Formats: sequence, C-alpha cells, structure tokens
Amino acid sequence: MAETTIPQHLRYTQDHEWVEVEEGVATVGITDYAQGELGDVVYVELPEIGEKAVQGKAFGLVEAVKTVADLFAPVSGEVVEVNHLLGKNPGLLNESPYEEGWIIRIKVTDEGEIDNLLNSKGYADHIGA
Amino acid sequence: MFRTPFHAFHRQLGAKMVDFSGWEMPLLYEGIIPEHRQVRQAVGVFDVSHMGEFRIRGAGAEAFLERMVTNRVSGMADGQALYTALCYEHGGTVDDLILYRQGAGDYLMVVNASNIEKDFSWLKDHLADGTWADVELKDISQETALLAVQGPRAPELVGRLAGTPVDDIAYYHFRRGRLGGAEALIARLGYTGEDGYELMFPAAAAGEVWERMQATGSDLGLRPVGLGARDTLRFEAGFCLYGHELTENVTPLEAGIGFAVKLDKGDFVGGEALRRLKAAGPPRQLVGVAMEGSRIPRQGCAVRRDGDPIGEVTSGMYSPTLEGAYALALVSRGATRPADRIEVTIRDQGFPARIVDKPFYRRQR
Repeated sequence: MAETTIPQHLRYTQDHEWVEVEEGVATVGITDYAQGELGDVVYVELPEIGEKAVQGKAFGLVEAVKTVADLFAPVSGEVVEVNHLLGKNPGLLNESPYEEGWIIRIKVTDEGEIDNLLNSKGYADHIGA
Repeated sequence: MFRTPFHAFHRQLGAKMVDFSGWEMPLLYEGIIPEHRQVRQAVGVFDVSHMGEFRIRGAGAEAFLERMVTNRVSGMADGQALYTALCYEHGGTVDDLILYRQGAGDYLMVVNASNIEKDFSWLKDHLADGTWADVELKDISQETALLAVQGPRAPELVGRLAGTPVDDIAYYHFRRGRLGGAEALIARLGYTGEDGYELMFPAAAAGEVWERMQATGSDLGLRPVGLGARDTLRFEAGFCLYGHELTENVTPLEAGIGFAVKLDKGDFVGGEALRRLKAAGPPRQLVGVAMEGSRIPRQGCAVRRDGDPIGEVTSGMYSPTLEGAYALALVSRGATRPADRIEVTIRDQGFPARIVDKPFYRRQR
C-alpha cells in the first residue's frame, strides 16, 4: 500500500475516523487512508451544535465525486463545535485530514469509551498498512 | 486482472489503481477534479487500451456491418469514423462503439472494455449464420494500444508527436501517421467534450510513445488523466456510458442517440423493433437534472414529479466545471420539461432538483 499517515497520538475507529480527546472534548476527523479512498471530497454534511453523538452511529456524511460515505461517531456526547471551513472548502479533508480538516468536536460523556477504539498500530493492522 | 501496456507508467506516477471490468486501470493520479480541469483548460492523456478493437475485412464487410449496426455504413468515406450502436432484436443496446473505414472492405471497430467478449461473440454468431461471404472478423485488442489526448492544446501536442500538423483532420475523421517509430491511426474525436484525438498503435510501441509524449507535452501542461475524470468529463458533455444510459433494456432512441440510428436504411438487427418504437413514441427519454443542494444522486436513485415516480437516475455525480451535483435520468417520455421542479430520492430521502438542458457543458468554439 502507498504511504499513509497514521499519527501515533490519535485513536481510530474501524470506519476510518480518528479522534483526539483533550480535557473532555473529542476532536473527530477522517484518516489519511479514508480521504485517499474517497478521492476529492465535494461536500460534508455536518450535524447541528447541541445534537447528541452516539458511539458507532452516523453523525454526518461526506460526498466525494464518485461516492458517498457516512461519518460515525467514535465516542458519545454532545456536538459542541463543527468545522465551518468545510462549507467553503470541503477539500480540506483531503489536504489536511488530521489538522485543518477536523470535522466536529464532541463533549464526551464517558471517556471509558475510548478504550473501545484502536490505537495507531491497531488501525495500521486494520487497513493492512 | 488484465494490464495495459502502460501499466508500469501508471504505477510509477503513483496512480490509484482500480479494477475496471477485469482490467487494472488508473482511477486517478493527482485527483479527479484537478485532472478534469486540466483537460478542459490544457491537455490530458488517457490510457484507454483496455477498450476492444476488432478488424472487419473483406468484400462482404460493408454489407455485414450495415446489417449489424444502427448507423449508415454505406456512404462512409475512407478516413471517416462513425459513432453507432449494436442492438438486440428487441431494440435494446448491445454496445455503443465507433466504426472506422480505412478503405473499401477494411474497417476497424472500437468497443467498450466491458463488452469485448459479448460484442465479438455477437458479431461472430451473426457472421456464422451462413448468409455472409468474404467477411473476416478478428479481435486485435491484445496487440493494440489506445491513448486519448484531449483538451484545447491537443492539436499542438499531437502535431508535435506526429511531426506534422494534425489540426486539419476533420472531426470524426482520421489519418494514418507516425508517432516516432510507431505507425498509428490518428482520429479527431473523443469522449470528453473537448477538442482531441484518439491514437491507436501497436502495443509494442507503448513505452516509446508514452515517453515521447511526456517529454513533448510537458511545456503544454500535459497531465495523465484517470478513468475517474474520464467519467466526469463525458458526463458533463452528455455522452452515454454503457451500463448506465445504454443497456440491453434501453434503446438508443431513449438514450438520446437517435442521430446514430438510421431507420430508413433498410434492414438491420433491431431495426424493426426500433421503427415500431419510433412510430409509437419511445416510452422513456433521457433528461438532465440539476440538484438544488449538495447531495449527489447516483445510478438507480428514483425520480419523482409532484409525488409520482417518473423514472430513475442513470448517472449522477459532482460536476467539476459547473461545481454542483447533477444527474442524467431516464424518465417517462413527456413527463417533464426543462425547468420543471422534481425530487430525487437519495438514500430514502427526497431532495429537490430541476430539469435542465443537456449537455451540461459545451465547449466554446
């Protein structure tokens, strides 16, 4: 497989989301592998602020030129922030999946749920990298 | 998976490879959108060597082809290309293809990669029915490379490659020439809606032609373009893709390629059914759809007008040139008019859209 980035400090879902939890708030995005598979992202459907996120349930979706993909919440909680830059520039998911292309922030209700997630090695094995 | 003679180049360029009808083909190199734009603005090269090429020769070739294809074969000039369909007896489509007349009794046919075996058997079985003399049919796909060079700078690039101007080759016509050491067929046509050429030459010359092209085209902004952008380009230009707008259940009349069907030319396979359909009015028609929002419709999405189902999407995607979500849809004939408001169902939810003229994009001439 071509070089794909899997930052060590993040946690991952089987559905190719990454999450970083800091002071009870989880920042969520899609992995470099996911953006490569999707191709050019043209639209990101975001949840409303205040909506409930449930681990493993879809909170939004991504339209790429040739395909659509649901986004699944890596942890449960309340959506406290969404990345409004994605409205004008959905391609940020491709260009900077771990930084400028972050998608939502969730106020986490149960930090124990993080234990259900993959670490970087687990995710690398999962995608066969 | 099968590989084209350019496979190593795609790998070298870091292309994302996918399985297309059993062929390992480049979906994209840099990205569908930048590649699409490069073709509209400058020039791009597509490896379409996975497509099929047949040679049909002999004194009986013209009559045989006249009987098999929907368009008029007699009256083709040497050096002329013809877009046409092969149809089943009931009028549904076997394939859409391009026929080339190299000379009297000397034709080439270029068919979709997904239909090579089917088309060859279709022709061979009809040839074997005993009524044809002096027709030789040969599948030359394995030994033939095909590159499409498309975009406003294509005439400049192909002229340099051929060592002689090619701008005088008329649309849907071709010449034989040389691309370096390789003897080639240089046809002024394509599948993108831009000016361009398709270059057919022996597979053995693939490496030489590709490397010369990269060197010659670099100052023109030449980029390799994958099948992803090939689809978005043809979609904007309103061209059919077999398996979507044309299938065994869709006639050329419904798909909007009636210009390639000459019902007054005498008997051909499917002709009787198509004449009856034309007289009664084909039951469906292909229309253009522009979505109001950003959700993208895909093949199979239901189309409704005032709550009534009227058809479904044949192809749906994001249009890089128009920067919006569009679809081609097969709907009941007469069910809609341009500007009508309709609804497209995407994953169980209805999204507003309107009927628009097609093609969505026409190049400035």
